[in-house]
Amino acid sequence: MRWVNVRPNPRSAILLGALPLLIALVVYCFASAARHAANPADKVLPTPAAMMDAMHGLLVDTDPLSGQLIFWADTAASLERLGLGLGICALSALLVGMVLGALPAARATFGALVTTVAVIPPIALLPILFIVFGLGETAKVALIVIGVTPFLIRDLADHVAALPREQIIKAQTLGASSWQLALRVALPQALPRLIAGLRLSLGPAWVYLISAEAIASDIGLGYRIFLVRRYLSMDIIIPYVAWISLLAIVMDVALLQLSRRAFAWAHQDHR
Amino acid sequence: MSEVLTFEDVWLEYGEKIVLERVTLGIAERSFVSIVGPSGAGKSSFLRLALGQEAPSRGRILLDGKPLPPECGPDRGVVFQRYSVFPHLTALRNVMFARECAGARFTARLFGGARRRAIEEATAMLAEVGLGDSLHAYPAQLSGGMQQRLAIAQALIARPRVLLLDEPFGALDPGIRQDMHRLILRLWEEHALTVLMVTHDITEAFKLGTRVLAFDKRRIDPHAPHRFGATAVYDLPLKTKLPLETPEVSISGITIDRISNNYQG
Repeated sequence: MRWVNVRPNPRSAILLGALPLLIALVVYCFASAARHAANPADKVLPTPAAMMDAMHGLLVDTDPLSGQLIFWADTAASLERLGLGLGICALSALLVGMVLGALPAARATFGALVTTVAVIPPIALLPILFIVFGLGETAKVALIVIGVTPFLIRDLADHVAALPREQIIKAQTLGASSWQLALRVALPQALPRLIAGLRLSLGPAWVYLISAEAIASDIGLGYRIFLVRRYLSMDIIIPYVAWISLLAIVMDVALLQLSRRAFAWAHQDHR
Repeated sequence: MSEVLTFEDVWLEYGEKIVLERVTLGIAERSFVSIVGPSGAGKSSFLRLALGQEAPSRGRILLDGKPLPPECGPDRGVVFQRYSVFPHLTALRNVMFARECAGARFTARLFGGARRRAIEEATAMLAEVGLGDSLHAYPAQLSGGMQQRLAIAQALIARPRVLLLDEPFGALDPGIRQDMHRLILRLWEEHALTVLMVTHDITEAFKLGTRVLAFDKRRIDPHAPHRFGATAVYDLPLKTKLPLETPEVSISGITIDRISNNYQG
Protein backbone atom coordinates (compact mmCIF):
# COMPACT_ATOMS: atom_id res chain seq x y z
CA MET A 1 0.00 0.00 0.00
CA ARG A 2 1.18 3.52 -0.78
CA TRP A 3 2.02 5.81 2.13
CA VAL A 4 -0.46 8.45 0.91
CA ASN A 5 -3.27 5.93 1.45
CA VAL A 6 -2.35 4.93 5.00
CA ARG A 7 -4.98 6.58 7.20
CA PRO A 8 -4.91 6.08 10.98
CA ASN A 9 -8.28 5.37 12.61
CA PRO A 10 -9.46 7.85 15.28
CA ARG A 11 -8.05 5.88 18.21
CA SER A 12 -4.60 5.36 16.74
CA ALA A 13 -4.63 9.00 15.57
CA ILE A 14 -4.86 10.09 19.23
CA LEU A 15 -2.03 7.73 20.16
CA LEU A 16 0.09 9.00 17.26
CA GLY A 17 -0.59 12.59 18.31
CA ALA A 18 0.41 11.88 21.93
CA LEU A 19 3.64 10.15 20.89
CA PRO A 20 5.77 13.26 20.06
CA LEU A 21 4.62 14.96 23.26
CA LEU A 22 5.59 11.91 25.32
CA ILE A 23 8.95 11.70 23.58
CA ALA A 24 9.59 15.38 24.33
CA LEU A 25 8.75 14.76 28.00
CA VAL A 26 11.04 11.74 28.22
CA VAL A 27 13.88 13.60 26.47
CA TYR A 28 13.46 16.47 28.95
CA CYS A 29 13.57 14.11 31.94
CA PHE A 30 16.76 12.47 30.67
CA ALA A 31 18.41 15.83 29.94
CA SER A 32 17.41 17.14 33.37
CA ALA A 33 18.70 14.00 35.09
CA ALA A 34 21.98 14.26 33.18
CA ARG A 35 22.51 17.88 34.22
CA HIS A 36 21.68 17.14 37.83
CA ALA A 37 24.10 14.22 37.81
CA ALA A 38 26.86 16.68 36.84
CA ASN A 39 25.70 19.51 39.12
CA PRO A 40 23.05 18.78 41.80
CA ALA A 41 22.33 22.54 42.17
CA ASP A 42 21.44 23.01 38.46
CA LYS A 43 18.61 25.55 37.92
CA VAL A 44 18.28 25.52 34.11
CA LEU A 45 16.55 22.16 33.67
CA PRO A 46 14.73 21.49 36.98
CA THR A 47 13.49 17.96 37.61
CA PRO A 48 9.73 17.33 37.66
CA ALA A 49 9.94 16.80 41.41
CA ALA A 50 11.61 20.19 41.88
CA MET A 51 8.88 21.86 39.75
CA MET A 52 6.12 20.24 41.79
CA ASP A 53 7.87 21.35 44.95
CA ALA A 54 8.21 24.96 43.77
CA MET A 55 4.63 25.13 42.44
CA HIS A 56 3.22 23.67 45.63
CA GLY A 57 3.95 26.89 47.46
CA LEU A 58 2.17 28.98 44.82
CA LEU A 59 -0.79 26.63 44.47
CA VAL A 60 -1.87 26.02 48.06
CA ASP A 61 0.00 28.43 50.37
CA THR A 62 -1.38 31.93 50.82
CA ASP A 63 1.07 34.70 50.08
CA PRO A 64 1.80 36.48 53.39
CA LEU A 65 2.01 39.86 51.61
CA SER A 66 -1.24 39.83 49.60
CA GLY A 67 -3.17 37.07 51.40
CA GLN A 68 -3.88 35.34 48.06
CA LEU A 69 -3.07 32.00 46.49
CA ILE A 70 -0.59 33.40 43.99
CA PHE A 71 -1.05 30.91 41.16
CA TRP A 72 -4.83 31.17 41.12
CA ALA A 73 -4.79 34.95 41.57
CA ASP A 74 -2.40 35.23 38.60
CA THR A 75 -4.64 32.99 36.49
CA ALA A 76 -7.80 34.90 37.38
CA ALA A 77 -6.19 38.28 36.66
CA SER A 78 -4.83 37.17 33.29
CA LEU A 79 -8.04 35.46 32.22
CA GLU A 80 -10.07 38.50 33.22
CA ARG A 81 -7.90 40.78 31.07
CA LEU A 82 -7.95 38.33 28.17
CA GLY A 83 -11.68 37.69 28.40
CA LEU A 84 -12.51 41.38 28.67
CA GLY A 85 -10.21 42.23 25.76
CA LEU A 86 -11.47 39.48 23.48
CA GLY A 87 -15.08 40.21 24.42
CA ILE A 88 -14.72 43.86 23.45
CA CYS A 89 -12.90 42.74 20.27
CA ALA A 90 -15.68 40.35 19.27
CA LEU A 91 -18.52 42.81 19.89
CA SER A 92 -16.90 45.77 18.17
CA ALA A 93 -15.65 43.65 15.27
CA LEU A 94 -19.12 42.22 14.78
CA LEU A 95 -20.69 45.66 14.75
CA VAL A 96 -18.11 47.42 12.58
CA GLY A 97 -17.44 44.41 10.34
CA MET A 98 -21.14 43.99 9.56
CA VAL A 99 -21.54 47.68 8.75
CA LEU A 100 -18.39 47.79 6.58
CA GLY A 101 -19.33 44.57 4.81
CA ALA A 102 -22.95 45.41 4.17
CA LEU A 103 -22.79 49.11 3.33
CA PRO A 104 -20.42 50.02 0.46
CA ALA A 105 -20.47 53.70 1.51
CA ALA A 106 -19.24 52.85 5.03
CA ARG A 107 -16.49 50.65 3.60
CA ALA A 108 -15.29 53.46 1.34
CA THR A 109 -15.18 55.85 4.32
CA PHE A 110 -13.62 53.72 7.05
CA GLY A 111 -11.86 50.91 5.15
CA ALA A 112 -8.58 52.84 4.83
CA LEU A 113 -8.62 53.76 8.54
CA VAL A 114 -9.04 50.13 9.62
CA THR A 115 -6.25 49.03 7.27
CA THR A 116 -3.94 51.73 8.63
CA VAL A 117 -4.56 50.76 12.24
CA ALA A 118 -4.12 47.09 11.31
CA VAL A 119 -0.57 47.58 9.97
CA ILE A 120 0.71 49.36 13.11
CA PRO A 121 2.54 46.83 15.34
CA PRO A 122 0.37 46.94 18.50
CA ILE A 123 3.35 46.59 20.85
CA ALA A 124 4.68 49.87 19.41
CA LEU A 125 1.51 51.52 20.71
CA LEU A 126 1.97 50.14 24.23
CA PRO A 127 3.91 53.20 25.51
CA ILE A 128 1.13 55.45 24.22
CA LEU A 129 -1.49 53.27 25.93
CA PHE A 130 0.43 53.38 29.23
CA ILE A 131 0.69 57.18 28.95
CA VAL A 132 -2.97 57.63 28.04
CA PHE A 133 -4.61 55.00 30.25
CA GLY A 134 -2.04 54.76 33.04
CA LEU A 135 -0.51 51.52 34.26
CA GLY A 136 -3.79 49.91 35.34
CA GLU A 137 -6.01 47.31 33.75
CA THR A 138 -7.33 49.58 30.97
CA ALA A 139 -4.05 49.80 29.09
CA LYS A 140 -3.60 46.02 29.09
CA VAL A 141 -7.12 45.37 27.84
CA ALA A 142 -6.75 48.18 25.30
CA LEU A 143 -3.59 46.58 23.89
CA ILE A 144 -5.45 43.33 23.20
CA VAL A 145 -8.35 45.24 21.67
CA ILE A 146 -6.12 47.34 19.41
CA GLY A 147 -4.06 44.34 18.41
CA VAL A 148 -6.87 41.96 17.53
CA THR A 149 -9.88 44.06 16.47
CA PRO A 150 -8.59 45.40 13.11
CA PHE A 151 -7.85 41.86 11.91
CA LEU A 152 -11.28 40.65 12.99
CA ILE A 153 -13.01 43.64 11.39
CA ARG A 154 -11.28 43.14 8.06
CA ASP A 155 -11.93 39.41 8.07
CA LEU A 156 -15.61 39.84 8.90
CA ALA A 157 -16.19 42.74 6.49
CA ASP A 158 -14.66 40.71 3.65
CA HIS A 159 -16.80 37.72 4.56
CA VAL A 160 -20.04 39.71 4.68
CA ALA A 161 -19.22 41.56 1.46
CA ALA A 162 -18.53 38.23 -0.27
CA LEU A 163 -21.95 36.74 0.50
CA PRO A 164 -23.39 35.67 -2.88
CA ARG A 165 -25.23 38.51 -4.60
CA GLU A 166 -28.00 36.01 -5.37
CA GLN A 167 -28.79 35.59 -1.66
CA ILE A 168 -29.13 39.34 -1.14
CA ILE A 169 -31.40 39.69 -4.19
CA LYS A 170 -33.45 36.68 -3.15
CA ALA A 171 -33.99 38.09 0.34
CA GLN A 172 -35.20 41.36 -1.16
CA THR A 173 -37.66 39.55 -3.43
CA LEU A 174 -38.96 37.85 -0.28
CA GLY A 175 -39.71 41.28 1.17
CA ALA A 176 -36.70 41.77 3.48
CA SER A 177 -35.77 45.34 4.42
CA SER A 178 -32.12 46.41 4.90
CA TRP A 179 -32.46 45.79 8.62
CA GLN A 180 -34.08 42.38 8.15
CA LEU A 181 -31.38 41.48 5.62
CA ALA A 182 -28.65 42.36 8.12
CA LEU A 183 -30.39 40.56 10.99
CA ARG A 184 -31.53 37.38 9.27
CA VAL A 185 -29.10 36.87 6.37
CA ALA A 186 -25.78 38.60 7.11
CA LEU A 187 -25.52 38.28 10.90
CA PRO A 188 -26.10 34.51 11.21
CA GLN A 189 -23.56 33.86 8.47
CA ALA A 190 -21.05 36.27 10.07
CA LEU A 191 -21.14 34.64 13.53
CA PRO A 192 -19.34 31.35 12.74
CA ARG A 193 -16.75 33.36 10.85
CA LEU A 194 -16.29 35.60 13.90
CA ILE A 195 -15.64 32.55 16.08
CA ALA A 196 -13.13 31.21 13.55
CA GLY A 197 -11.42 34.63 13.59
CA LEU A 198 -11.36 34.66 17.40
CA ARG A 199 -9.71 31.23 17.45
CA LEU A 200 -6.99 32.50 15.14
CA SER A 201 -6.61 35.63 17.32
CA LEU A 202 -6.05 33.71 20.56
CA GLY A 203 -2.31 33.42 19.86
CA PRO A 204 -1.72 37.14 19.24
CA ALA A 205 -4.03 38.04 22.15
CA TRP A 206 -1.87 36.01 24.57
CA VAL A 207 1.27 37.67 23.18
CA TYR A 208 -0.16 41.14 23.86
CA LEU A 209 -1.37 40.12 27.31
CA ILE A 210 2.00 38.69 28.41
CA SER A 211 3.85 41.69 26.97
CA ALA A 212 1.68 44.19 28.81
CA GLU A 213 1.93 42.21 32.06
CA ALA A 214 5.71 41.86 31.70
CA ILE A 215 6.21 45.59 31.38
CA ALA A 216 3.91 47.03 34.03
CA SER A 217 1.82 44.92 36.36
CA ASP A 218 1.70 43.51 39.89
CA ILE A 219 -0.24 40.34 39.17
CA GLY A 220 -0.81 37.98 36.27
CA LEU A 221 0.74 34.95 34.60
CA GLY A 222 3.02 37.06 32.40
CA TYR A 223 4.05 39.25 35.35
CA ARG A 224 4.98 36.18 37.40
CA ILE A 225 7.24 34.51 34.83
CA PHE A 226 9.08 37.76 34.14
CA LEU A 227 9.42 38.36 37.88
CA VAL A 228 10.88 34.95 38.78
CA ARG A 229 13.19 35.11 35.72
CA ARG A 230 15.40 37.35 37.90
CA TYR A 231 16.04 34.38 40.20
CA LEU A 232 16.48 31.94 37.31
CA SER A 233 13.45 30.07 38.68
CA MET A 234 12.91 27.71 35.77
CA ASP A 235 11.01 25.46 38.19
CA ILE A 236 8.23 28.08 38.19
CA ILE A 237 8.57 29.42 34.65
CA ILE A 238 8.17 26.01 32.98
CA PRO A 239 4.94 25.03 34.81
CA TYR A 240 3.52 28.52 34.17
CA VAL A 241 4.26 28.25 30.43
CA ALA A 242 2.70 24.77 30.34
CA TRP A 243 -0.37 26.15 32.16
CA ILE A 244 -0.65 29.04 29.66
CA SER A 245 -0.56 26.65 26.72
CA LEU A 246 -3.14 24.42 28.39
CA LEU A 247 -5.46 27.42 28.90
CA ALA A 248 -4.98 28.43 25.26
CA ILE A 249 -5.82 24.92 24.05
CA VAL A 250 -8.93 24.75 26.25
CA MET A 251 -10.15 28.12 24.93
CA ASP A 252 -9.56 27.04 21.33
CA VAL A 253 -11.44 23.76 21.81
CA ALA A 254 -14.27 25.55 23.65
CA LEU A 255 -14.72 28.05 20.80
CA LEU A 256 -14.68 25.24 18.24
CA GLN A 257 -17.31 23.27 20.19
CA LEU A 258 -19.44 26.39 20.59
CA SER A 259 -19.33 26.97 16.83
CA ARG A 260 -20.16 23.31 16.08
CA ARG A 261 -23.11 23.32 18.49
CA ALA A 262 -24.57 26.70 17.61
CA PHE A 263 -23.80 26.77 13.89
CA ALA A 264 -23.95 23.13 12.82
CA TRP A 265 -24.80 24.22 9.26
CA ALA A 266 -21.41 25.91 8.88
CA HIS A 267 -19.53 22.71 9.72
CA GLN A 268 -21.15 20.42 7.18
CA ASP A 269 -19.01 19.22 4.33
CA HIS A 270 -19.99 20.99 1.17
CA ARG A 271 -20.50 18.87 -1.85
CA MET B 1 -55.54 38.41 -21.15
CA SER B 2 -54.12 41.41 -19.38
CA GLU B 3 -50.46 42.28 -19.34
CA VAL B 4 -48.52 41.88 -16.11
CA LEU B 5 -45.20 43.27 -17.30
CA THR B 6 -44.82 45.82 -20.08
CA PHE B 7 -41.53 46.92 -21.64
CA GLU B 8 -41.81 50.19 -23.54
CA ASP B 9 -38.83 50.96 -25.80
CA VAL B 10 -36.37 49.84 -23.14
CA TRP B 11 -32.63 50.41 -23.56
CA LEU B 12 -29.85 49.25 -21.29
CA GLU B 13 -26.46 50.91 -21.75
CA TYR B 14 -23.23 50.83 -19.79
CA GLY B 15 -21.40 53.91 -20.99
CA GLU B 16 -20.42 53.20 -24.60
CA LYS B 17 -21.69 49.67 -24.56
CA ILE B 18 -25.27 48.99 -25.53
CA VAL B 19 -26.59 45.74 -24.08
CA LEU B 20 -30.29 45.97 -24.95
CA GLU B 21 -31.97 48.27 -27.41
CA ARG B 22 -35.58 48.98 -28.36
CA VAL B 23 -37.11 46.19 -26.32
CA THR B 24 -40.87 46.60 -26.58
CA LEU B 25 -43.03 43.75 -25.45
CA GLY B 26 -45.70 42.76 -23.00
CA ILE B 27 -45.89 39.69 -20.82
CA ALA B 28 -49.45 38.40 -20.54
CA GLU B 29 -50.86 37.13 -17.28
CA ARG B 30 -50.48 33.36 -16.77
CA SER B 31 -48.05 32.99 -19.68
CA PHE B 32 -44.84 30.96 -19.49
CA VAL B 33 -42.24 32.88 -21.45
CA SER B 34 -38.93 31.19 -22.30
CA ILE B 35 -36.03 33.42 -23.22
CA VAL B 36 -33.22 31.97 -25.33
CA GLY B 37 -30.26 33.45 -27.18
CA PRO B 38 -26.48 33.24 -27.41
CA SER B 39 -24.28 34.15 -24.45
CA GLY B 40 -23.99 37.87 -24.03
CA ALA B 41 -27.20 38.61 -25.92
CA GLY B 42 -28.69 40.27 -22.89
CA LYS B 43 -30.99 37.49 -21.65
CA SER B 44 -29.84 37.84 -18.08
CA SER B 45 -29.75 41.64 -18.35
CA PHE B 46 -33.36 41.49 -19.46
CA LEU B 47 -34.20 39.40 -16.41
CA ARG B 48 -32.32 41.78 -14.12
CA LEU B 49 -34.41 44.63 -15.53
CA ALA B 50 -37.62 42.73 -14.85
CA LEU B 51 -36.31 41.96 -11.36
CA GLY B 52 -35.57 45.62 -10.68
CA GLN B 53 -31.94 44.82 -9.92
CA GLU B 54 -31.04 47.35 -12.63
CA ALA B 55 -32.90 50.31 -14.07
CA PRO B 56 -33.20 50.81 -17.84
CA SER B 57 -31.17 53.72 -19.23
CA ARG B 58 -34.06 54.65 -21.53
CA GLY B 59 -37.69 53.64 -21.80
CA ARG B 60 -39.82 52.31 -19.01
CA ILE B 61 -41.04 49.08 -17.49
CA LEU B 62 -44.53 48.76 -16.09
CA LEU B 63 -45.77 46.19 -13.60
CA ASP B 64 -49.57 45.98 -13.66
CA GLY B 65 -49.60 49.36 -15.40
CA LYS B 66 -47.48 51.08 -12.74
CA PRO B 67 -43.81 52.05 -13.26
CA LEU B 68 -41.47 49.45 -11.76
CA PRO B 69 -39.33 50.78 -8.89
CA PRO B 70 -35.61 50.13 -9.50
CA GLU B 71 -35.38 47.81 -6.53
CA CYS B 72 -36.28 44.17 -5.96
CA GLY B 73 -39.59 43.67 -4.20
CA PRO B 74 -41.86 40.86 -3.08
CA ASP B 75 -44.08 41.21 -6.17
CA ARG B 76 -41.37 39.46 -8.24
CA GLY B 77 -40.00 36.09 -7.15
CA VAL B 78 -36.72 34.73 -8.42
CA VAL B 79 -34.82 31.45 -8.64
CA PHE B 80 -31.19 31.57 -9.72
CA GLN B 81 -29.02 28.72 -10.95
CA ARG B 82 -27.16 28.65 -7.62
CA TYR B 83 -27.06 30.35 -4.19
CA SER B 84 -30.80 30.92 -4.14
CA VAL B 85 -31.35 29.49 -0.66
CA PHE B 86 -29.93 30.53 2.70
CA PRO B 87 -27.32 28.00 3.88
CA HIS B 88 -27.84 28.83 7.56
CA LEU B 89 -31.56 28.03 7.63
CA THR B 90 -33.33 24.67 7.48
CA ALA B 91 -35.65 24.01 4.53
CA LEU B 92 -38.64 24.96 6.66
CA ARG B 93 -37.08 28.21 7.90
CA ASN B 94 -35.99 29.06 4.35
CA VAL B 95 -39.61 28.86 3.18
CA MET B 96 -40.92 30.72 6.25
CA PHE B 97 -38.51 33.60 5.58
CA ALA B 98 -40.94 35.63 3.44
CA ARG B 99 -43.71 35.25 6.02
CA GLU B 100 -41.38 36.26 8.85
CA CYS B 101 -40.21 39.38 7.00
CA ALA B 102 -43.78 40.43 6.28
CA GLY B 103 -45.10 39.57 9.76
CA ALA B 104 -42.45 41.11 12.01
CA ARG B 105 -40.81 44.28 10.78
CA PHE B 106 -38.22 44.57 13.53
CA THR B 107 -37.34 41.05 14.67
CA ALA B 108 -38.23 39.19 11.44
CA ARG B 109 -39.32 36.33 13.70
CA LEU B 110 -42.84 35.12 14.39
CA PHE B 111 -44.25 33.81 17.64
CA GLY B 112 -47.35 31.96 18.83
CA GLY B 113 -50.25 31.53 16.45
CA ALA B 114 -48.68 33.49 13.60
CA ARG B 115 -45.65 31.21 13.80
CA ARG B 116 -47.80 28.07 13.78
CA ARG B 117 -49.70 29.29 10.74
CA ALA B 118 -46.45 30.11 8.92
CA ILE B 119 -45.06 26.67 9.76
CA GLU B 120 -48.22 24.99 8.47
CA GLU B 121 -48.17 27.01 5.28
CA ALA B 122 -44.46 26.39 4.69
CA THR B 123 -44.84 22.67 5.40
CA ALA B 124 -47.65 22.44 2.83
CA MET B 125 -45.56 24.34 0.29
CA LEU B 126 -42.59 22.05 0.84
CA ALA B 127 -44.79 18.96 0.50
CA GLU B 128 -46.05 20.37 -2.79
CA VAL B 129 -42.54 20.59 -4.26
CA GLY B 130 -41.70 17.12 -2.94
CA LEU B 131 -39.61 18.09 0.07
CA GLY B 132 -42.10 16.92 2.71
CA ASP B 133 -39.48 14.60 4.22
CA SER B 134 -36.67 17.17 4.40
CA LEU B 135 -38.27 19.91 6.48
CA HIS B 136 -35.38 20.17 8.93
CA ALA B 137 -32.48 19.55 6.56
CA TYR B 138 -30.00 22.30 5.81
CA PRO B 139 -29.38 23.16 2.13
CA ALA B 140 -25.90 21.61 2.25
CA GLN B 141 -27.56 18.27 3.05
CA LEU B 142 -29.82 18.50 -0.03
CA SER B 143 -28.91 17.51 -3.58
CA GLY B 144 -28.77 20.13 -6.33
CA GLY B 145 -32.28 19.28 -7.57
CA MET B 146 -33.71 19.41 -4.05
CA GLN B 147 -32.07 22.79 -3.44
CA GLN B 148 -33.79 24.14 -6.56
CA ARG B 149 -37.13 22.71 -5.37
CA LEU B 150 -36.53 24.51 -2.10
CA ALA B 151 -35.70 27.76 -3.90
CA ILE B 152 -38.95 27.49 -5.88
CA ALA B 153 -41.03 26.82 -2.75
CA GLN B 154 -39.33 29.73 -1.00
CA ALA B 155 -40.19 32.09 -3.87
CA LEU B 156 -43.78 30.85 -4.32
CA ILE B 157 -44.84 31.36 -0.70
CA ALA B 158 -44.47 35.12 -1.20
CA ARG B 159 -47.13 34.85 -3.98
CA PRO B 160 -45.22 36.89 -6.57
CA ARG B 161 -47.00 38.44 -9.57
CA VAL B 162 -44.17 37.20 -11.79
CA LEU B 163 -41.76 34.34 -11.18
CA LEU B 164 -38.36 34.92 -12.75
CA LEU B 165 -36.16 31.90 -13.39
CA ASP B 166 -32.51 32.44 -14.37
CA GLU B 167 -31.31 29.13 -15.84
CA PRO B 168 -32.84 27.34 -12.87
CA PHE B 169 -32.15 23.82 -14.13
CA GLY B 170 -28.83 24.52 -15.89
CA ALA B 171 -26.68 22.79 -13.27
CA LEU B 172 -28.84 19.65 -12.91
CA ASP B 173 -28.51 16.16 -14.39
CA PRO B 174 -30.77 15.41 -17.39
CA GLY B 175 -33.01 12.97 -15.46
CA ILE B 176 -33.49 15.38 -12.57
CA ARG B 177 -34.16 18.16 -15.05
CA GLN B 178 -37.13 16.20 -16.51
CA ASP B 179 -38.61 15.88 -13.00
CA MET B 180 -38.12 19.59 -12.43
CA HIS B 181 -39.86 20.36 -15.75
CA ARG B 182 -42.92 18.40 -14.61
CA LEU B 183 -42.84 20.16 -11.25
CA ILE B 184 -42.60 23.69 -12.60
CA LEU B 185 -45.40 23.06 -15.14
CA ARG B 186 -47.65 21.67 -12.42
CA LEU B 187 -46.97 24.62 -10.14
CA TRP B 188 -47.49 27.03 -13.03
CA GLU B 189 -50.96 25.60 -13.63
CA GLU B 190 -51.99 25.14 -10.00
CA HIS B 191 -50.82 28.55 -8.78
CA ALA B 192 -51.82 30.43 -11.97
CA LEU B 193 -48.27 31.79 -12.25
CA THR B 194 -46.74 34.12 -14.77
CA VAL B 195 -43.23 32.86 -15.49
CA LEU B 196 -40.22 34.37 -17.24
CA MET B 197 -37.48 31.79 -17.70
CA VAL B 198 -34.02 32.36 -19.16
CA THR B 199 -32.44 29.17 -20.48
CA HIS B 200 -29.57 27.94 -22.60
CA ASP B 201 -31.48 24.81 -23.51
CA ILE B 202 -33.68 25.26 -26.60
CA THR B 203 -35.56 22.01 -26.05
CA GLU B 204 -36.40 23.13 -22.53
CA ALA B 205 -37.61 26.49 -23.87
CA PHE B 206 -40.04 24.84 -26.30
CA LYS B 207 -41.13 22.17 -23.82
CA LEU B 208 -42.16 24.55 -21.08
CA GLY B 209 -43.00 27.85 -22.72
CA THR B 210 -46.27 29.18 -24.08
CA ARG B 211 -44.13 31.76 -25.80
CA VAL B 212 -40.46 31.81 -26.76
CA LEU B 213 -38.42 35.00 -27.03
CA ALA B 214 -35.07 34.76 -28.82
CA PHE B 215 -32.67 37.55 -27.94
CA ASP B 216 -29.89 38.54 -30.32
CA LYS B 217 -28.45 41.54 -32.09
CA ARG B 218 -30.22 42.66 -35.21
CA ARG B 219 -27.12 44.32 -36.66
CA ILE B 220 -23.43 43.93 -36.05
CA ASP B 221 -20.78 46.53 -36.72
CA PRO B 222 -17.59 44.49 -37.01
CA HIS B 223 -15.48 47.49 -35.97
CA ALA B 224 -17.58 48.44 -32.96
CA PRO B 225 -19.61 45.38 -31.99
CA HIS B 226 -20.55 46.97 -28.68
CA ARG B 227 -22.47 49.79 -30.34
CA PHE B 228 -25.48 47.66 -31.23
CA GLY B 229 -27.56 46.10 -28.50
CA ALA B 230 -29.63 42.95 -28.51
CA THR B 231 -33.38 42.77 -28.60
CA ALA B 232 -36.09 40.13 -29.00
CA VAL B 233 -35.48 39.10 -32.62
CA TYR B 234 -38.01 36.26 -32.55
CA ASP B 235 -41.22 36.25 -30.58
CA LEU B 236 -42.96 32.91 -31.05
CA PRO B 237 -46.29 32.17 -29.41
CA LEU B 238 -46.61 28.39 -29.03
CA LYS B 239 -49.95 26.64 -29.55
CA THR B 240 -48.59 23.18 -28.89
CA LYS B 241 -45.69 22.46 -26.62
CA LEU B 242 -43.08 19.82 -27.18
CA PRO B 243 -44.01 16.75 -25.17
CA LEU B 244 -42.32 16.58 -21.82
CA GLU B 245 -40.61 13.32 -22.72
CA THR B 246 -38.68 14.92 -25.59
CA PRO B 247 -35.13 13.70 -25.23
CA GLU B 248 -32.37 16.17 -24.57
CA VAL B 249 -30.90 17.49 -27.80
CA SER B 250 -27.53 19.10 -27.65
CA ILE B 251 -27.61 22.25 -29.67
CA SER B 252 -24.19 23.57 -28.98
CA GLY B 253 -24.50 26.52 -31.33
CA ILE B 254 -26.86 28.37 -29.05
CA THR B 255 -24.26 29.07 -26.42
CA ILE B 256 -21.29 29.70 -28.66
CA ASP B 257 -20.30 33.29 -28.91
CA ARG B 258 -19.51 33.62 -32.60
CA ILE B 259 -19.99 37.35 -32.93
CA SER B 260 -18.01 38.26 -29.86
CA ASN B 261 -20.82 40.27 -28.39
CA ASN B 262 -19.20 40.02 -25.00
CA TYR B 263 -16.89 42.77 -26.18
CA GLN B 264 -15.90 44.91 -23.21
CA GLY B 265 -15.58 48.43 -24.60
